[in-house]
Amino acid sequence: MKQITKVLEGVGSVVQLLLQSLSYAGTLPRQGARFIEQCYMIGYTTLPIVAILSFFIGTVLALEAGYAMEGFGAKEFIGSLVGLSMARELGPMMTSVLLAGRVGSAITAELASMKVYQEIDALTTMNIPAAKILVLPRLAAVLVMMPVLIIIANIVGWFGGSVVARYVSSVGISPEAYFAALRHYTKFKDVMNGTAKAEVFGFVVVLVCCDIGLNTRGGPREIGASVTRGVVVSLILILVLDYFVTKLLM
Amino acid sequence: MSAESLEASCSKTRNPFTGAEADAVSVKVEGLSKSFGDLSVLKNVSFDVKPGEIFVIMGPSGSGKSVLLRHIAGLDIPTSGKVTVEGLDPSLAESRDRVRLALVFQAGALFNSLSVYDNLALYPREHRSGDENAIRARVMHALKILSVEQSAQQFPSELSGGMKKRVSIARALVMEPQLLLYDEPTSELDPVMGATISEIIATLKNEYSVTSIVVTHDRSLALTIANRVGILMAGKLISLGSPDDLTKSKDPRIVDFLNPKIDIEHPRFKKLETKDNL
Repeated sequence: MKQITKVLEGVGSVVQLLLQSLSYAGTLPRQGARFIEQCYMIGYTTLPIVAILSFFIGTVLALEAGYAMEGFGAKEFIGSLVGLSMARELGPMMTSVLLAGRVGSAITAELASMKVYQEIDALTTMNIPAAKILVLPRLAAVLVMMPVLIIIANIVGWFGGSVVARYVSSVGISPEAYFAALRHYTKFKDVMNGTAKAEVFGFVVVLVCCDIGLNTRGGPREIGASVTRGVVVSLILILVLDYFVTKLLM
Repeated sequence: MSAESLEASCSKTRNPFTGAEADAVSVKVEGLSKSFGDLSVLKNVSFDVKPGEIFVIMGPSGSGKSVLLRHIAGLDIPTSGKVTVEGLDPSLAESRDRVRLALVFQAGALFNSLSVYDNLALYPREHRSGDENAIRARVMHALKILSVEQSAQQFPSELSGGMKKRVSIARALVMEPQLLLYDEPTSELDPVMGATISEIIATLKNEYSVTSIVVTHDRSLALTIANRVGILMAGKLISLGSPDDLTKSKDPRIVDFLNPKIDIEHPRFKKLETKDNL
């Protein structure tokens, strides 16, 4: 019972923070510097690791597909498998997981230490809502940067698959055949579905991590505990939401 | 100064930047109690603070002073009773729009990712108090009052404890407060810096008639600057009066608090001398 109450409290707190932040949406044009700073943090600093990960996801997909499809004589369809898997599922999912680990943890740590060291209290006495200057620019930034990350992740992943298709002898299909299959079976709608999923995941990760950070109480140990909680809750929510959003977008 | 004459002379707060006058504000604490779980921290505390007054709350560590101050600042919600600032609930954002209230935190609570200048400029920028030139003039004036203008471009982590305290007071001053709350303003400071902070608090009151509430266990600070002093012990307000009333009090709890005696013959000190305990 206590656990259920805690979960419901958490949901209530996140919804309240979301509504508070949205109520300050009109102030976003005046928060240009904060918005750009967050775009840099969420987008630019996450990009290298997203690119590396996506490349190797693409290579592994092509390798496994080559092995599995060889028996059916369907190796020329490897491009379609890599293309669809990256666009619809692995691109958004893995990018969101990286976002939770890299950006979510940083957001929770920053806001939790601001809370513990009374910086949030100082903002309250100044009548400057944390939802306005700390949460809103991050939510706006993640909405703008997630599609960019997803598109780059997809392109790099597809390219990774083509490298394996071309140079690994057990797969051994030409890049032309690989990309022809990819283009034929991967529709614009698939890419948009993946992007929409990533938007939902990214938004939820940032919102939940902000909420956990702002509700931290105690000292340095609790900051660490909040970071762990932020990442774990984000990962669980990504996996749970993945099913429902996929179902909704079908 | 009597309470009546104080009220008459300090009914207006003078803006340190523009010289403009605003109504000095009063604070009323009525039957305030606060519990954290089973732990009762404040027990039915009542007092009021007159406009332009320096009201000092003293008490030993753990007596609930800072919790009381957080309630006056509107950062905590009472378990029972109420706090009003000029008749308004300080925990509501609308009240803070109408009454400017600033809190000088014990540890400074400066924004570590911002420079000293940006720490001070945040409030006027967010509340659109003039253009950037006006804000710069206001920030530099506040830093000058506190003699920390040379640290404008430094970050809080590069400042000493005393400098942080002064920057924290400067940040409060930039808000042009009608009510200024100080939480242990002289803690962790050497006596010289402590005296400087006392002078600053007294100057802000004398020059600008800002209503001030100071939480401290620093006897000399309290007796130097206070118009009235309240003594808080174990969550209860056990005494309320002028500094003179306090020093003349025969209440053994107050006498012991103000003049602590260390009995080095006490068994607990003897115990420290044994080899096993060193």
